[in-house]
Amino acid sequence: MGAIDQYLDLWRDHGALLESKSPSVLNALRGAAAESLKVNPLPGPKDENYRHTDLEKILAPDFGVNLARVPIDVNPSESFRCDVPQLTTSLFLVINDSFAETDASRDRLPEGVDVMSLAAYARQNPEFIERHYGALADMKNPIVALNTLLCQDGVVIRVHAGVKVESTVQLVNIFHNGAPLLSARRILIVMEEDSDAKVLVCDHTQTPDVDFCALQVVEIFAGRGSRLDFYDLEESTLKTSRLNTLYLRQEEDSHVLLDSMTLFNGVTRNEFYTRFAGPHASLRMLGLGIEDSERRLDTYSRISHDVPDCNADELFKYVVDDSAMGAFAGLIYVAEGAVRTEAYQSNRNLVGSSEARMHSKPQLEIYNDDVKCSHGTAIGQLDEMQLFYMMTRGIPEAEARLILKQAFMSDVIDGISLQPLRDRLKLMVERRFAGEKSACASCPLPCP
Amino acid sequence: MLSVRDLHAEIDGKEILRGINLDVKAGEVHAIMGPNGSGKSTLSMVLAGNPAYTVTSGEVTFRGKDLLAMTPDVRSHEGLFLGFQYPVEIPGVSMVNFMRAAVNAKRKYFGEPPMGASEFLKLMRQKRAVVELDNKLASRSVNEGFSGGEKKRNEIFQMAVLEPKLSILDETDSGLDVDALRIVAEGVNKMRTPENAAIVITHYQRLLDYIRPDVIHVLYKGRIVYTGGPELALEIEKNGYDWIKAEVDAKDSIKGEA
Repeated sequence: MGAIDQYLDLWRDHGALLESKSPSVLNALRGAAAESLKVNPLPGPKDENYRHTDLEKILAPDFGVNLARVPIDVNPSESFRCDVPQLTTSLFLVINDSFAETDASRDRLPEGVDVMSLAAYARQNPEFIERHYGALADMKNPIVALNTLLCQDGVVIRVHAGVKVESTVQLVNIFHNGAPLLSARRILIVMEEDSDAKVLVCDHTQTPDVDFCALQVVEIFAGRGSRLDFYDLEESTLKTSRLNTLYLRQEEDSHVLLDSMTLFNGVTRNEFYTRFAGPHASLRMLGLGIEDSERRLDTYSRISHDVPDCNADELFKYVVDDSAMGAFAGLIYVAEGAVRTEAYQSNRNLVGSSEARMHSKPQLEIYNDDVKCSHGTAIGQLDEMQLFYMMTRGIPEAEARLILKQAFMSDVIDGISLQPLRDRLKLMVERRFAGEKSACASCPLPCP
Repeated sequence: MLSVRDLHAEIDGKEILRGINLDVKAGEVHAIMGPNGSGKSTLSMVLAGNPAYTVTSGEVTFRGKDLLAMTPDVRSHEGLFLGFQYPVEIPGVSMVNFMRAAVNAKRKYFGEPPMGASEFLKLMRQKRAVVELDNKLASRSVNEGFSGGEKKRNEIFQMAVLEPKLSILDETDSGLDVDALRIVAEGVNKMRTPENAAIVITHYQRLLDYIRPDVIHVLYKGRIVYTGGPELALEIEKNGYDWIKAEVDAKDSIKGEA
């Protein structure tokens, strides 16, 4: 019996209960999801794009799934506190997979921005959700299919046409449970024409001794002329697995920043599928991963240029230590008609120990001549001469290594457009390299 | 101050230093000259503690302590400074943060608390003036995008901040125009006291017009083959190294036959 069968059994035996607790728009896709899981086997290590992540192993444990929507006894404002209030954010919490609204957050948002529970929004505005939910995500992708089969809630962020949101919408996903838990949550972001927003998603695990599996699908619609900065920061635990799949569709003249940061994790697979659907759009993709101990981080990205005159710039950097594993595979696809495409991709990595492993696979597929494209990868160690130079100035070796690792990540961090967030992250990365433990208490982001 | 006894060192299994003997006293400036490939830079790297080089035998005593037993950072705290021939670029590390780390590491070594922000900025300002280093370089990454002259001035600036007992300046004059050379040399001279010392490694007589050495050594094939007063530099400027090479090679061949 494969790992997926237990979820199909769960669906067969308890599907009625699950559906009774979910809006019908979400239920409508579950049948197709089950079919897809039956027809498409889970990709294994022999599949080119899954060589470094064993989905079977990640999904095999007997995780609980909160089908009956039993409330978990967590007081969000009690359980989640951070101490550096600098960045103005509107904070929303998702605890396990249930949306939990905070009191203060909604007041700060201007008219024309909806941030809500996906389930609640689906009941209130079913046509809207029906139009967008599952419209980008590919059901043939096993993570998407399993998420769609089990998903009961998540978050909708809708920025209406012409609305500019000054404060950052911060969404914090918290795992908190006494027993192993799988949560299938969904983030739907719809940027309507000429809208402008910044979204920060933080993943935290509060009960570090418990196994968790986050099964997350993000769908982002960037409408014509819209601007979105999307930051995704994982600070979970060694016992947390995260399977995250993001789909982005960009219309004409939309400008998007996707920033994926993994400071603490267990096993993470992040997938990005982006598509330019209108000309003169741009995408900046940034990623940083700090992996030590036994952690594993596997990133797959596919940037599709289907139309002319779009610009993509991708930079991912990893520092891999101890017996950790990092993997990056990125494909830039330029279709026949997508002339005057500019696309750049770079993956650079530091490997700090002989047991650590880094796998990198940059790829370009170009079907027309009128393009400017480049891709490159580098895997290396800290520069011995830089280390020596610093030590001759009296800086002890450990500190010099720390400073050099921090410096290595500086161009990724400098790509963050929000100054307060950039400063916070600089500090977080510094603390991370200094070996401070993952805990919400060490998170310098401003939360109530 | 510094006593080097029969120092042998190699890199990648190749012996470069083949028995160096050198004594430097407080208040002295020594110049080390010599043709290309004679081991001048290797000597500076070995004294500063570059782990790429292996000391195979010999002793180095620095202010009464075993220098070779110290890591490069401790050598710095104890008062040794190396001005690099090719200062290293460190992208992503600003000059200010770099110097703050250096200053505070030294203070920590001597059990002092970190320097306050305003005191630190004042120190930077003061020391920049010594070598006329532009303020705008402070916010840049270490040596990144610096011109050749700026890099060398930056070395002397760091030296001024760290106030070493013994400075080794490895070809600080190479790649400098006359004005930059004068500024660098004046910077070095300003720091000269009866309590500290310097070893100036150079190819040419030119720098020695500005920094007057007390003793000049000629390094050839990994050994100091000639030691003399300032007049030795003039002789080398006039006649080159060939006469020294010829003398040494002749002695070597006699030894070989015997």
